[in-house]
Amino acid sequence: MAPDGIGAPLRRKEDKRFLTGQGRYVDDFNRPGQAYAYIARSPFPHAGITGIDKASAEAMPGVLGVFTGHDLAADGVTGALPAGWMIHNRDGSGMRTPGHPILQTERVRYVGDPVAIVVAETLAQAKDAAERLEIGYDELPHVVGTADAAADGAPQLHDEAPNNTAFFWSLGDKDKTEAAFADAAHVTTLDIVNNRLAPNAMEPRAALGDYDPGMDQYTLYTTSQNPHVARLVMSAFVSLAPEHKLRVVAPDVGGGFGSKIYVYSEEVACAYASMKLRRPVKWTAERTESFMTDAHGRDHVSKAELATDADGRILGLRVRTYANLGGYANLFGTATPTYLYATLLSGQYIIPAIYAEVDGVYTNTTPVDAYRGAGRPEATFVVERLIERAARDLKMDPADFRRKNFIQPDMYPYETPVLMTYDCGNYPAALDEALKLADHAGFPARRAESEARGKKRGIGFSAYIEACGIAPSAAVGALGGGVGLWESATLRFTPTGQVIVNTGSHSHGQGHETTFAQLITSYLGIPTDQVEVVHGDTDKTPFGMGTYGSRSLAVGGSAIHKAAEKIVAKAKKIAAHLMEAAEVDVEFADGTFTVKGTDKSKTIQEIAFAAYVPHNYPEGVEPGLEESAFYDPLNFTFPAGVHIAEVEIDPDTGVVEIVTFTAVDDFGTVINPMIVEGQVHGGIVQGVGQALLENCVYDLESGQLLTGSYMDYCMPRADDVPSFKVGMVETPNPSNPLGVKGCGEAGAIAAPAAVMNAVTDALGVEINMPATPERVWQALATGPAAVAAE
Amino acid sequence: MVSISMTVNGKAVSGEVEPRTLLSDFLRVDLGLTGTHVGCDTSQCGACVVHVNGRSVKSCTVLAVQARDDEVTTIEGLAAADGTLHPMQAAFREHHGLQCGFCTPGMVMSATDLLQTNPDPTEAEVRDWLEGNICRCTGYHNIVKAILSCAAELRGHKVAAE
Repeated sequence: MAPDGIGAPLRRKEDKRFLTGQGRYVDDFNRPGQAYAYIARSPFPHAGITGIDKASAEAMPGVLGVFTGHDLAADGVTGALPAGWMIHNRDGSGMRTPGHPILQTERVRYVGDPVAIVVAETLAQAKDAAERLEIGYDELPHVVGTADAAADGAPQLHDEAPNNTAFFWSLGDKDKTEAAFADAAHVTTLDIVNNRLAPNAMEPRAALGDYDPGMDQYTLYTTSQNPHVARLVMSAFVSLAPEHKLRVVAPDVGGGFGSKIYVYSEEVACAYASMKLRRPVKWTAERTESFMTDAHGRDHVSKAELATDADGRILGLRVRTYANLGGYANLFGTATPTYLYATLLSGQYIIPAIYAEVDGVYTNTTPVDAYRGAGRPEATFVVERLIERAARDLKMDPADFRRKNFIQPDMYPYETPVLMTYDCGNYPAALDEALKLADHAGFPARRAESEARGKKRGIGFSAYIEACGIAPSAAVGALGGGVGLWESATLRFTPTGQVIVNTGSHSHGQGHETTFAQLITSYLGIPTDQVEVVHGDTDKTPFGMGTYGSRSLAVGGSAIHKAAEKIVAKAKKIAAHLMEAAEVDVEFADGTFTVKGTDKSKTIQEIAFAAYVPHNYPEGVEPGLEESAFYDPLNFTFPAGVHIAEVEIDPDTGVVEIVTFTAVDDFGTVINPMIVEGQVHGGIVQGVGQALLENCVYDLESGQLLTGSYMDYCMPRADDVPSFKVGMVETPNPSNPLGVKGCGEAGAIAAPAAVMNAVTDALGVEINMPATPERVWQALATGPAAVAAE
Repeated sequence: MVSISMTVNGKAVSGEVEPRTLLSDFLRVDLGLTGTHVGCDTSQCGACVVHVNGRSVKSCTVLAVQARDDEVTTIEGLAAADGTLHPMQAAFREHHGLQCGFCTPGMVMSATDLLQTNPDPTEAEVRDWLEGNICRCTGYHNIVKAILSCAAELRGHKVAAE
C-alpha cells in the first residue's frame, strides 16, 4: 500500500508556500496598469436615493472613473444577485425575494449597501474622491431586530414583501405533533436566540477585474469558494458577460466559512469598471467593510418545545423560528433557515413527530447567508438545548436521557419525520467514547473542588448531527434549489507519468492539494509528490459547484474516484495489449498492471507513456490518458458525534473559562487524520466564539452596526480556549465510494450547545448566547428575570 | 513624497513614499513582498507582523518613514538562503499549525519573537503571547503545539551545541 495514501497523516503539500510568504491571495496579484477602487456605501440603514452627482468626485486628482447602477444599466448589466433557492409558503404561494441590485440607484437597505465604485490611480485618491461624491439620501424609518420585523407598523423594506416577510414556511406534520404534545407527561419550553455572527475569514474579500479588449475577455480574480458558480451568476443573472467571455480565478483564498460562497457587488463592479476604463481595477475590503458587507450568519429567534412521556421518551418537537435574512435574500439565504435547518431537527433521536414553522424576515441589516454549518448549528442548538433542559427537568442524567432516545445502530436506514434518511452511524458508541475521554465519572469531584475555591463548574453535552456532502441534485431540485449539487474531476496523466487533478471544488484552507493527492496515491499508485491538484480557475477546471457544506471530499472526492476508475479501465486495455494478455487476466494494484499467474507487469506510468506514444497500441482505443467524471451523490452524508464542554465560572467577574473540551466525531472513513483533527479544532473555536464572545450588534435607534472592528467584535483568541481532546468513531458511509462524510463544520455545529449546556449547568439559570461576563454576572447577581428582560 | 531607505531581509532598499504610507503597504506594494498580510487595519489581528530590529512589530501600525534606516525581516526572509525552513516554519508544517495560510506569516514572525524573549514558555504563556494574532481556521490548538515543539527543539539544539 502507498504509505502516503488514504489514512496517512501526510504533511500538507501547500504548506511550504504559505510558510514562506509565497501564497498568492487576490490582493497579492498586481496587473500592469492597475488602478484602485473604493466603494461608496450607504451610511444609513434605510433611505431613498434622491440623486447622485458624480462631478465633484470625477474632478478629483487621479480619478479615472465613477460608476453607479445607472451606468451599469446603460451598458446592459441589468441583472441582480439572485436568491438561489425557491421556498414555498405554508399556503403554497412562492417566496418574495426581490433581486439584489449590484449598485443601488433607488433605495439603500442597510449600512454599507453599495452605491458607487470610484476608481483612481491610487487607493488614497479613490478614497479621497469618494468623500466628494454627492449622494442625496432621504432617510426612511428602519427596523433591525429579528423579532420586530414582521410586527404591524414596522417599516417596510420591499414593496413586494408585505410585513417584511420573504417566506412563511413549515416542515413536518402539524396535527400529529400537536397530538403528541397533548399526550405528553412533560413539556420543556425554551426561548432561544441564535446570535448573529460575522464570519471573519482572516483574508478580507478582494476583487481584481482585468478586461482584455482584444479578446473581449473579462478575467476576475476574486476571493470565492466557488468560481464557476460566481461566473454562472455574473453571467446568467447579472448579465455582466456571457460565460465563455468571463474567466473567474479564485487563487489562494484565506478562509471562507461560507462568506465567500455568495456573489458580491464589488466583484461585478470591478470587472465592469475594468471594461469601461480598459485598466485592471482592484478592490480590497478593509476589515470594517468586511463586517458591514460580508454575509452574516445565524440570527434566529425561536420558541422551541419538547414533549416527553412519563418514562423519559421523546414524543414530539415543535419550533417556531424567525430567521433574519437582512436586507436582501441571496444565494443560500433562503435555504439556510429552511431546508438546511428544520430537516435536522430530529437530531440523533427517535422523535415520532416534529413540526417547524420558519418565517424569513427582511431587516435593515447586512444580508444573512451560509456561515460554517449553515442552518445545522441552529438546528443542533435547538435540539441539544431542549434535550439537556428536558433531562434536567425530568431529573435524568443528560447522558442517560440521550442514550434512551438515540436512534440505535441497527435502525439504518432511518427515516426522520423531517425528510432526511440517515444511512449509518453509531451514536451510543460516540457518547461512550466521549464520556471516557472527558472523564465524566470524575466530574463530581472536579465540581466539588471548584466549589471549594468559590467557583462554579458545569458540564454540557452536544450530540449533534449534520447533513453534509450536499447534495443529490434531484432532491435539491425537488426542494426548490436552483442548481444541481454534483461535482466534477478531470484526471490527466502526463506522458512522463505524473497526474494532474482538476477539481471543481475549491480549497481555502481545507488542504485539498494534499488530501486529493492521497486519493490518487491510493487509487493509482502515483506518489503524492507527483500529483498536482488544480482548482480555482474556470479556465483550468471543469465546471463544478465549489466548496461548502463539507462537500469537497464526499462529492468532489467521489468524482475523483470515478475518474480514476475510468483511467484504470482504459489503461488496463493498453496494458493487456502490451503484455499480450487477455484483459480479464490483467490485474491492477499499487500502480502496477500484472498478468495473473505470471511475472509480466507494467507500471501505470509505462502505460501512460504508451498512451501518448501509441506506436504499439490496441485497436479501437483512443490515444492519451485523461478522464473526466461528474459525480452526483445518492444522499446527503450524516456526520455525527458527541462534544462535551466543561466550564468553570468565576461568580465575582462572570468570566467563563472552558476548562476542557472533548470532541468525538464520526466522519466515516478518514483520509488524512491530521487535517481532519485540524478542521475539528477550528470548528470548535468558532462554536465557542458564538457561545461566549461573538455577537453582531445593530443599534436599534440608529440602525448602525456597532460591532464593526476587532475592537468591538470579540473574536476568539488563543488565550480564550484550551487544547482539545479529540476522538473518532468510524462508520464508513455506504452512500459514496470513499465511505466519507465530511468534517468541516462539525465543531461549529456542536460546540455552541455543548458550551451553553455547561454554562447553564453551572449557573442553574437559562441565558442566551453569547454568555459574556456581563450577562453571566447579571444572571448570578439578579437572577433569570433580569436576563430575560434584556 | 519623502525618501526612505532601510534594510529588508538583508538587502538595502529605498523608495519615495507619501508620508502616510504604512510599513505594511511599503513592503507589499513598493517592494512586492506580499507575504506580509493585512487583515484588520486596527492593529488587532497580527497578520502583518514583521521584525523591526529583531523585535515583532505590527507593520500596519507603523509608518514606513518610522522604519527609516531600520533592519526589517519579513516572512520571506526567515528561511535560510538555501530554502531550508526556519525551525518555527518547519514546526508549523509538522504540527499542522496552518490551514488557509493567511494569518500564518504573522503567527510565525510573532512566535519566533516569543522564543527569543522566552525560550521555555508554558502553554499558558504561548497563548497569552498570541493574544495579538487572530487565526480563524486552526482553533490555535496546533499553533500552540507547533510553538511548544519548536521551543523544545531549539533548547535541545542549544544544549547540544554547548
